[in-house]
Amino acid sequence: MSLEIEKHVQELQQKLNQLQNRQAKDQISIIAFSGDLDKMLAAMIIATGARAMDTEVKMFFTFWATAMLRDPQKSGKGKDFMSKMFGFMMPRGSKKLKLSKMNMCGMGTSMLKGLMKKKRVASLEELIATAGELGVEINVCEMSMDLMGFKREEMIDYPHLNYVGVGSYLADADESRIQLFI
Amino acid sequence: MTTEELKAVKSDKVVDARGTACPGPLLAAKKAVADVQAGQIMEILSSDEGTKSDIPKWCKKMNYEYFGSIDEDGIYRLFLKK
Repeated sequence: MSLEIEKHVQELQQKLNQLQNRQAKDQISIIAFSGDLDKMLAAMIIATGARAMDTEVKMFFTFWATAMLRDPQKSGKGKDFMSKMFGFMMPRGSKKLKLSKMNMCGMGTSMLKGLMKKKRVASLEELIATAGELGVEINVCEMSMDLMGFKREEMIDYPHLNYVGVGSYLADADESRIQLFI
Repeated sequence: MTTEELKAVKSDKVVDARGTACPGPLLAAKKAVADVQAGQIMEILSSDEGTKSDIPKWCKKMNYEYFGSIDEDGIYRLFLKK
């Protein structure tokens, strides 16, 4: 009888361990997709704010958002014609991003930047630097890089930058309590 | 705590985040709290009204004791104990 109980307890312990391993961590997972200035500002404010709250942050940059991570001072070598074209048409870094609404040929964007300065809202560049200091992890979709024709050597020097696939994002998201797609 | 009680509080560290907008005050508080010993009192100065709702929630998350805030002509003084 006692042997049976012992076996039962062992099974329960095992199940409890499994459940505990499945529990989401104090972590936020953000997909940065849009590459619009306003939306990337929101994403970086949330990311840095989360670090202030001691929450781990995993960002997954894919499609248009990867352009935010380009360094205008750098360029990639050995690109084919299409990649060069794409590289030319896509924004070269965070300073070149535009508003998703009311851009008005760039007038809206520069008006917003002026307002942000006046009201002392951190710029996107400042937020990226702060995110780096606070340990926000930025994972870049390798496939998007390939598709857009971006090379690793043309990306910004960011302390926690990795090149990953969708599986890494899913594993991070699986462990996160908060999920955002921006 | 009442405003009178808060005014009498002696802060061990004062964080001046006046003029900065969200998430500036929160980031400043997070940075400064690292230099504060457990049991010491920190005061945050902010001109951003959102700070008044953010800091109590931050304190709850970080397990700090939030005392309250005083409004002084658009400047908010927020007190907490680490």
